[in-house]
Order: sequence, then structure tokens, then C-alpha cells
Amino acid sequence: MPDEQKPEGSEGPKPPAPVAKPAAPKAPPPPKPPAVMMATPWESDLARDLQERFGPRVTATSTYLGQNFVVTTPDGAIPVLEYLKLEADFDYLVDITAVDWPKRAERFDLVYIAYSFARNERVRIKTAIAAGFQPQTAVDVHLTANWLEREVFDMFGIEFAGHPDMRRILMPEEWEGFPLRKDYSIIQQDQRWVQENLGIESGQ
Amino acid sequence: MPDATFLDSTELVLNMGPQHPSTHGVLRVILKLDGEKVLGTDCVIGYLHRGVEKIAENRTYTQFNPYVDRMDYVAAISNGLGYCLAVEKMLNAEAPPRAQAVRVILTELNRIASHLLWLGTHALDIGAVTPLFYCLREREEALKIFENYCGARLTTHAFRIGGLQYEIYEGFEREVKAFCKMFGPRVDEYEELLTNNRIWVNRLKGVGVLPADECKEYGVTGPVLRAAGVKWDLRKAQPYSGYEKYDFEIPTRENGDTYDRYVVRMEEMRQSARIMEQAVEGIPEGPIMGKVGKVIKPPVGEAYVSIEAPKGELGYYVVSDGSTQPYRVRVRPPSFVNLQALDRMVRGGLIADVVAVIGTLDIVLGEVDR
Repeated sequence: MPDEQKPEGSEGPKPPAPVAKPAAPKAPPPPKPPAVMMATPWESDLARDLQERFGPRVTATSTYLGQNFVVTTPDGAIPVLEYLKLEADFDYLVDITAVDWPKRAERFDLVYIAYSFARNERVRIKTAIAAGFQPQTAVDVHLTANWLEREVFDMFGIEFAGHPDMRRILMPEEWEGFPLRKDYSIIQQDQRWVQENLGIESGQ
Repeated sequence: MPDATFLDSTELVLNMGPQHPSTHGVLRVILKLDGEKVLGTDCVIGYLHRGVEKIAENRTYTQFNPYVDRMDYVAAISNGLGYCLAVEKMLNAEAPPRAQAVRVILTELNRIASHLLWLGTHALDIGAVTPLFYCLREREEALKIFENYCGARLTTHAFRIGGLQYEIYEGFEREVKAFCKMFGPRVDEYEELLTNNRIWVNRLKGVGVLPADECKEYGVTGPVLRAAGVKWDLRKAQPYSGYEKYDFEIPTRENGDTYDRYVVRMEEMRQSARIMEQAVEGIPEGPIMGKVGKVIKPPVGEAYVSIEAPKGELGYYVVSDGSTQPYRVRVRPPSFVNLQALDRMVRGGLIADVVAVIGTLDIVLGEVDR
């Protein structure tokens, strides 16, 4: 059953050893994600600029499939975003999203995608955060972050510090659980909510 | 002055939707009103949430392909194109030229179908009933071509990762050419009904203004951004699927109001027909599937690919862990992001204009909620 493979695989107890997924194709790396993205360093004025300006807060500037991304520490993402907007014309925040890596110490990847109309260039900002960590909101930099961060909160349970309206957006407000986390099975649901609000035993 | 009565201090909270014909689906807007004036809004969305991104993680790349049609269901082909391009990017593959040309024709035809539905319902919301019938008449012709091509009219699943599943049918080129030829004069017909119609103009001019800087601030894209004077279209800015080969204009306007968005979309339909005319002349010969293999298994990595959907920038952020199932698929939905600007656009305006603004944003709730 393709349905249940993933949830079951990721549901197990906390990671004692990198038994992890069937990551056969690569040699066994340390407990990191299953295999490594073959990214290459991103050589450009902007990348150098970011590294000089933010020092250790920018941990990598890379490119993969011709798409550039900046990896920052959790407290570096918003300053980089703000710098890109104010100093480098990246005035359009395309998207904010997250990726769940339950076996990793910093459980979530938080991903910001920024675009510059003037340069016709896109850049991703990625930062790894631990579960429970509250990243700073981007609403002060880009208004569009409001709903995007609400969706990340709704789906992953990542709360943004300083967000003006940190509520669920797509799921019902009383819903328990965060559907896009890997330990949330595809057939899982908030049984109590379904029974109380829909008047049925189960949505299955 | 008479003493204040209860009529003077009326701050009213009014619930609009989710079952309201002008919300184009199940959108609920909570309006705070002072008389007829809108003081603020709160959108309640999610009634159509099906967990598309969760489904993606539990299907193979190929199996997930039909699901994307169910997001923006009036522009299913655009959704499919974006998804296929994203996975092809991760595979470092490209669809062959023949497939690309057919993709462009069908996607532009779908843009016309989507804009026609927008025009008909938008005019209906404003009170002009007639255009809807004309719009659906032409949309029917477009849907017939989809049906002849792949058997479905709405949720088409027209493209496959790597190219097309079906070769074009006999008479496809003739039908597309006939459509293009017929369509220009038909747009003139709609314009005759609306463009200089005094009621239409008075109801739309200066309503729901969103200037360019605020569009960028809110991440609003598509016709809404272009109506504010930003000449930006992903088909030109970062061409995909061979759009660089075709000659077309990006229509823009200056004021960023509801009327300008109407003008921009009307012109976009003409431009789409122009692209189709060029693409259908001499569709290259050759295979329709690229070399992607039977089992889609992209290497570990991630990519963000976006296209110019009828509503704006539709993006797919795909993360692969090297298996046959995507580790994560994030859809960047233009409707969702554009809807966020609703509050800014209606605040301080009249309640009757809320309907006009929802119409002009051209949202599809299936995409907002996913």
C-alpha cells in the first residue's frame, strides 16, 4: 500500500540511530537527511556580499539546478530577507513554507522564496529550526508573509514570534494536530472534532 | 441636532458567505460595516481544503499528477503544466519540441477558458447578465477541444511528466485555427456590451484600487499586478515551454482599479489567441515524450518552478529524497496570495464594491484551500 508506507516509516520511536529511510543510493552519511543534495557553491557578487555582511549567520550560499539559495542560522533569515529587500531589490516575497525532517535534530526547514523584479532573479533562504523554536515573523518586512506564515503554523505547528494574527487558516480553529508533519498519517484526523462538528462517527 | 439614536452608532458585523453566489465558491468574508462603508474584513477559508500537499507525499510523482487539476479547476491545464515542469526540472529533462508546442496551445486555450468564466461571472456579479451566455458559448468551444484531445473537459490531466500521453487527434489544428479565427470578433462583441457601458464603467472605475508598490508588498501577481502598471509576466520574464518563440504583448494599465483589470484580462485573451495562432502553425514533428523513464525517481534535491497561470504566479516547490514519492510538494497558489489583499482593497469602500473586488481578484476557492 503506497498510502501507508511513509507515515509508518516515519512514525517509529525517536531517532536512536540513523536506521532511517531506505536511502540505498548513497553511502551512509551521518544522521543528516537520508542523502545529500548535490548543490554547488553559488559564486556571485550578491552571495559574497551576503557572506561578508552577515558572517557566521549565513552558513552557505549554494546553487542547485541553476537555482540559488542561502542557508542561514535561525536568527539570520529575517535580517537577510530584509537586506535583500532594501539593498538588493528583492521586493517580492513569493512564498514561505516548511519541510519536516523528523529524524533530524533541527526538525524543520523553513524556506523563504524572494524575487526581484529589477534583476529578474529568484533566491531561496533556508534555515533549519528545532521543534518548538519560534522564528521571528517576516510580516514586518513583507506584508504578504501574514497568511503564508499562518499556513505554515496551521500545517506544521511552527509559531512565528511577533506575528499579528497567529491563527490557523485552512484547518478549523479547534483542530488538534498539524497535518503536514511527517508523523501525521494521511488517514489521521481529529476524531473528536469530526464527531462534535459533523455529527458522524468518523470521516473515513 | 436631534439626540443620537441607535441608528447613529451602527457598527455592524455582517457575515457574507460561505453560501453566497458572489463569493465564487465557499469563501466566507466577515465584514465590519458602518452603514454602507466597510471598516474591515476577515476572510474565513479552508472549506475546500483537501490536503493536496499531504496527498502528494503519499503518492508517486506520476500518481499525484491528476490531483493538481483539482486545485484551480477552471485552469486545470495550467496546474498540470506547472507540476510537470517542476518534476522535469528535478529530473533535468525537457519535453520535446512537439510536446512543448501542444502544451502551449492547450495552456493558452485554457487561459482563455478561465478568463471567459471570470468575465461572465464578474459581469453577472455587477448586474450584467447577458455576457455570461456569450462567454459560456465560446468557453464551450474550448472545452470541446479539450474533450476531443484527452476525453475530459474540466479536470483534464492533459500532460505527463516528460511530455504528453496522447498524440494530437486528427483535425486538432483545424479546430484550433477555427477557434482563433472566431475568437477575436467575439471579444469585440463582449467589449461592445461592456467596455463603454456607463453602468459598467461607473461600477468599476476607481474601485478596489491596488497600486503597484502595494501589489508587490502583498505578493499579488497576474492581471492584478499588470493592471497596476508593472509589465511583468513569467512567460516573458522567465520563459518556459518555448514561450520565447512566440510574439505577444504583455498588456498593462496604470490605475490598478477594477476597470483596468477588466481591460487587461480582455487584452490577454486576444494575446492568448495570438500565441495559439503562431504555435499551431507548424507544430514540429517528432516524439511527444522525452526521456524520463517509466519510473519517475528524481535525485535528492529540491526545485522551485513557477508559471504564469491565469490568476498569477503558480509555483511548485518540490523536495525529493531520492524515492519514487515526493518528500514534499508545496504549491504556491496565486489565488490564496491575491485574496489576502482583499481587505486592503475593500477597506473604506462600499459594501456593494466587495462583490466587485472579489470578482476582479478572480479567485478559485479550490486553489485557495487546496
